[in-house]
Amino acid sequence: MGLLSKKDANLILDPLADNNPITIQVLGICSALAITAELKASVVMALSVLFVLGVGNVVISLMRNIIPSKIRIIVQLIVVATLVIVVDQVLKAFAYELSKTLAVFVGLIITNCIIMGRFEAFALGNGPWKSFLDGIGNALGYGVILIIVGFFRELLGSGTLFGIPVLGDPIAKTGLYATGYENNGFMIIPPAALIVVGIIIWVQRSRNKALIEEA
Amino acid sequence: MLEHLELFFKSIFIDNMVFAVFLGMCSYLAVSKKVSTAVGLGAAVIFVLAVTVPLNWLLDQYLLRDGALVWLGPEYADYNLSFLSFILFIATIATMVQLVEIVVEKFSPSLYNSLGIFLPLIAVNCAILGGSLFMQAREIPSLGLAFNYGVSSGIGWFLAILAIAAIREKIRYSNVPAPLRGLGITFIITGLMGIGFQSFGGMLTGDNEPPEEVETSTAKTIEEKEIKKEIEDEEKAVSYNEVINE
Repeated sequence: MGLLSKKDANLILDPLADNNPITIQVLGICSALAITAELKASVVMALSVLFVLGVGNVVISLMRNIIPSKIRIIVQLIVVATLVIVVDQVLKAFAYELSKTLAVFVGLIITNCIIMGRFEAFALGNGPWKSFLDGIGNALGYGVILIIVGFFRELLGSGTLFGIPVLGDPIAKTGLYATGYENNGFMIIPPAALIVVGIIIWVQRSRNKALIEEA
Repeated sequence: MLEHLELFFKSIFIDNMVFAVFLGMCSYLAVSKKVSTAVGLGAAVIFVLAVTVPLNWLLDQYLLRDGALVWLGPEYADYNLSFLSFILFIATIATMVQLVEIVVEKFSPSLYNSLGIFLPLIAVNCAILGGSLFMQAREIPSLGLAFNYGVSSGIGWFLAILAIAAIREKIRYSNVPAPLRGLGITFIITGLMGIGFQSFGGMLTGDNEPPEEVETSTAKTIEEKEIKKEIEDEEKAVSYNEVINE
């Protein structure tokens, strides 16, 4: 890490674990849960948020001294909305099938609390380079959880990863299915995402006792 | 009348904002520690959804969708501005929330005192934007139904946050494993409630969602047919010219 000072590196690394936007800051849950039934959708969503948050943080940080604080929410919304339109149009042009699966959830990046949360908490008070790192770090922290949830839901729910069967063929009973293993259809339905995230929080907090909440 | 009833119950129970599509989870988790605040936020969500969904329906119908500008004149029939819907919807929502805040403060201070603190929060609540985007995606056919959709999905969200707030008030007296306390157990309870709500899925037997695949494929075949037609026309024209030349 010759390029980054230790402080800068922490901006990226902290949100990955101990200050994770989803499990610790409780931001941006909506989209994290709704689209994680497949790994591919999770990855695309994570990349979209990475783009929007990275660029958005820089833009807001550059404008931080000229935005009147009374109308900052609207300014932020317009910046995010513009970036999201770019993402949406790119997805529609190059990954049409996927943009159908993600449907309205691409649009909902606009109201993803991570974005507004980082704008408010970081970009409005820091320079562009730091804000960029902070944006990337938080988007990665978000992406990590998304990918973990997507991985388990797709693997246990349909026995595939990125749509490729990895546990054998459930109909021909090959691979793991020969031993009597069955796909867990429960993992596909939406509420399973909540339970998977709940378990991730459980694991993380039992490994790091400092994160446990007061009752 | 029947379709209003169907949409009403469907948006409250089957397509519940929280349990089926996870909208507004941030404020759902953050503001559900006490029943009284949960009721305030829930009421504000119903109110704002009831205002913004019909408004965005009008925008979608007369400005954004493919050929929506035809009322300006036949030469505008080809315009499709739907890529602007995100930015217009969110701008409508942000301004409406501000406007509602001002109006309510002026005319009903008591309502303002109970809703007031939550209104600014709501502009960035995904349930609100989600309501408008789903309204657009599901192609709700009339203004009345759009209003109905806004109100009923607001009520669904209200019920969800009310239920989780009541459960969280009680769970304080239970012996939850330390790492699960707070956020973790709330997630798992919401998951279990969601599974409960899934059982409402059998309540309406009508067709749930229009088969989108079919629509796109027919659109494609129509396009292909048109292209073929054009090619054939061109070929005809060419052969016609050849005949003339001969």
